[in-house]
Amino acid sequence: MRTVDTKEIEECVYKMARRAGLTLTDSCRAALKNAKERETGAAEFALSALLENEKTAQREQMPVCQDTGMAVVLLSLGQNVQLTGAPLKEAVDEGVRRAYADGNFRKSICDPLTRVNTGDNTPAHLHVEIVEGDKIELTFLPKGFGSENMSRLFMLTPAEGREGIVNAIVETVKRAGSRPCPPVYVGVGIGGCFDSCALLAKKALTREVGSRHPRKDVASIEEEALQRINELDIGPQGFGGKTTAIGVSCELAPTHIAGLPVAVNIQCHCVRCEKEVF
Amino acid sequence: MKHLTLPMTKEEKEALRAGESVLLTGTIYTARDCAHKRLFALLDEGKELPFSLEDAYIYYAGPCPAPKGKACGSCGPTTSARMNSFAPRLLDLGLQGMIGKGEMSEEVRAAIKRNKAVYFAAIGGAGATYGNAIKESECVAFPDLLSEAVYQMKVEDFPLVVATDSEGKSIYDR
Repeated sequence: MRTVDTKEIEECVYKMARRAGLTLTDSCRAALKNAKERETGAAEFALSALLENEKTAQREQMPVCQDTGMAVVLLSLGQNVQLTGAPLKEAVDEGVRRAYADGNFRKSICDPLTRVNTGDNTPAHLHVEIVEGDKIELTFLPKGFGSENMSRLFMLTPAEGREGIVNAIVETVKRAGSRPCPPVYVGVGIGGCFDSCALLAKKALTREVGSRHPRKDVASIEEEALQRINELDIGPQGFGGKTTAIGVSCELAPTHIAGLPVAVNIQCHCVRCEKEVF
Repeated sequence: MKHLTLPMTKEEKEALRAGESVLLTGTIYTARDCAHKRLFALLDEGKELPFSLEDAYIYYAGPCPAPKGKACGSCGPTTSARMNSFAPRLLDLGLQGMIGKGEMSEEVRAAIKRNKAVYFAAIGGAGATYGNAIKESECVAFPDLLSEAVYQMKVEDFPLVVATDSEGKSIYDR
């Protein structure tokens, strides 16, 4: 049995959050650079501004986007790890609290009815999965809501099948139009049930932009959806163009014989995601 | 690229065309969902607004806190469509224009045309660039709303694209 003080988890969350706020993932940056080569006019202007913006963020130590997001934390905990110290959830929240204060990040979390801000961007959205081994794997995904607002869940019928899945993905991006800061990164959950399907979609967003699912039938859904999305001519910022999405990633789970849940989680072009294993 | 300084003349504003890139300098006011609700409550009660709508431009944005030595933190645009229900009335009361991101409704387009106003698109996600171009920032209303409060900002060379011009033409039309 390995013993880990949750203070270590707090520190890790703190560092990941600080870094994520100021940095695009390498695969996102590469996708934006590629897209810039393909675009002209206002679309090219927008992509150039975004690439320049990340440099400004690093130089000035300011977040790339003011929507420093809801702190989504995915934790894979080896079952041979015994946690000591402060309760896990408190440790994660403390890491978020300190990072958002020290990094001059925006505090965007509020009561859903009174809209009163919690003032420190907590609580984090923590998902814990117990796995084999004695390692801890942490993923930090600051999730902006301009794009989150455009996400949808479909309870399709088995008969709708593959075609229904691709249509649901394309329809979601089409309906979102210029609003979620395109070019978007599209995370898709296929299967599971009402709640786990949405989490699959979010997990899909932690994959590298441009990566393909190892299953060929799933990868072909990703490719077809991406192609059809990029024919919509929404373009960067909705200014028109060839790049409406920089990627589509699908994750799967077994589902019920009566159903085919599909969740489409939209991420803006500002993909920020940090991973650590220890 | 065209440089614009606020306040703009009527002629300058009406010469702007959808799709054109500009660099904007001058004073603007931030307001998002919650601030708009409060502005509307004041209007409904017949009370004075915390800033005059005449000559005003509203920036749909909520900044990050300012780092040491800076006037403002990261401050890119938020999704304008959430303010669709608010913009027409404010335009009819004299608001000169808005800055945000993404397409707005047909009602907003009609109000822009009717009032010869303008809607600029800022580049969503370029928060550091905009934050760095804000030279002064002062909270003028609803400080309890934190980042969602109304801030009066002096900005320099804000990179924008004319999204909807005074004739109602829009960059989002295909």
